[in-house]
Amino acid sequence: MSEAPAAPRSASAERTAAASLLLTPPQPRSGWRLLPARIVAMCAVELQKLRHDRTELYTRAIQPALWLLIFGQTFTRIRAIPTGGIPYIDYLAPGIIAQSAMFIAIFYGIQIIWERDAGILNKLLVTPTPRSALITGKAFAAGVKSLIQAVVVIVIAAILGVSLTWNPLKLLGVGLAVVLASAFFSCLSMSIAGIVLSRDRLMGIGQAITMPLFFGSNALYPVAIMPGWLQVVSKINPLSYQVDALRGLLLGTPAHLGLDFGVLAVAAALGVAAASSLLGRLAR
Amino acid sequence: MTPDTPAVACTRLAYSFGDTRAVDGLDLTVGEGEVFGLLGPNGAGKTTAIRCITTLLPVPAGMVSVFGHDTGRERMAVRRLLGYVPQQLSADSGLTGRENVALFARVFDVPRRERAERVAEALAAVDLADAADRLAGTYSGGMVRRLELAQALVSAPRLLILDEPTIGLDPIARTGVWDQINAVRAATGMTVLVTTHYMDEADQHCGRVGLMHRGRIRALGTPAELRQGLAERRGTDTLPTLEDVFRDVAGSGLDDQSGGFRDVRSTRRTAKRVG
Repeated sequence: MSEAPAAPRSASAERTAAASLLLTPPQPRSGWRLLPARIVAMCAVELQKLRHDRTELYTRAIQPALWLLIFGQTFTRIRAIPTGGIPYIDYLAPGIIAQSAMFIAIFYGIQIIWERDAGILNKLLVTPTPRSALITGKAFAAGVKSLIQAVVVIVIAAILGVSLTWNPLKLLGVGLAVVLASAFFSCLSMSIAGIVLSRDRLMGIGQAITMPLFFGSNALYPVAIMPGWLQVVSKINPLSYQVDALRGLLLGTPAHLGLDFGVLAVAAALGVAAASSLLGRLAR
Repeated sequence: MTPDTPAVACTRLAYSFGDTRAVDGLDLTVGEGEVFGLLGPNGAGKTTAIRCITTLLPVPAGMVSVFGHDTGRERMAVRRLLGYVPQQLSADSGLTGRENVALFARVFDVPRRERAERVAEALAAVDLADAADRLAGTYSGGMVRRLELAQALVSAPRLLILDEPTIGLDPIARTGVWDQINAVRAATGMTVLVTTHYMDEADQHCGRVGLMHRGRIRALGTPAELRQGLAERRGTDTLPTLEDVFRDVAGSGLDDQSGGFRDVRSTRRTAKRVG
């Protein structure tokens, strides 16, 4: 690639001189208003990127569609899993929404390593953005991505005849659960990124933990039929609480919404704290 | 703040990575409105010094201040005064030029009502108005550098810090980037701190330079002073170049430590991205 010859810039210098805006620094936002502003900034970038390149949106829809279409349809016929009287594909749908959102978030750390390598992260760290605000912004940006994914899976599920709620308040709750869980999983990923510092290693660890997180949750089958040790895994796995909330909200099955949202919120907050404290390792 | 508060003041700044003393007792004062060049070979400690000044690396209080604000204690205040262009081409290739600049307007708290206008002005100031809505991934190396300059300018910084701004660029693009920096400085009067290992560029564009070697400044002055000084010491009539001055101050130790494998690799990586 060659650069077009750049002419002397006296003309643009005059323009800059006339432009008063570039001579006055913006008024700093302070206190509580800073965090929401950074979250909005990071989410805006994520949405802009998705608008320019929708490939990821389409390719990411394939796997959940296959899970519902093949696994869901087959197991609905087998009737091997006790679902409390609802068709298995209905039971499965919230689990697949949670799973596909988690898959996006768990590899989010790769992006932050890429940004580190490209110098973007360093540049952001030299802006008036505390590390915790940057991580929270990124966590919500991952949440936005997961939310779009969740909408896609809900549409697929609806097309496959799963009877989901259309109550707007409940859907809002679904959105909140997806965002909180993605915030946790993306922070987990960014924390690992802060420890291993390389894309390849993060990729390997991501691959290694996604399946245990998925199978060690109530996404595919109820906790009650798991062996004892797996029930323990499921108890400490935030994915289980997300699935429980999604199932309760989307299908109206009995759920522990207070506990679910509580666990998800605490997990997200802990994740932000962990990832923020490890971010410095990526910056040096 | 008094009118003669320096833009940057480093007092016995030291920073080590493990056993390697990257910066080893650096004393440096950059006055307001100066274009100051920090020169030296790969591995001299320039980038580490820059990262200490930009708050990227944690330094104890009392070592570095920017316009009177201590980088150890008042990080946020320091960052609000800075525009920073790192060594790598750091524009996000998945966003348009305009979106890249808008992100920095947002994180510097530019209010929504003036954001679009400010972003447009920053892009116009670096002659990217026509390419503003193309993805940055389609830009040439020189254009990305100018875009980064716009990103740094959108918050009206008082101190612009550029780490190897012309690394890996072809000569024409290099001139273009410097023209841009000089034009912006003429228009805004901002202080510029730039690192480079191209001595000819420093000679041409910097008001004052500090020659850095093994973590410390070994010679300081205007390029003309340094060259004149060496000519007098040598008793020659022909004026030596800044490179000669550098060889003189660095002495024979220039080859054994400068440019570790990691620096060469990062330089190559940048050069590759520039294309």
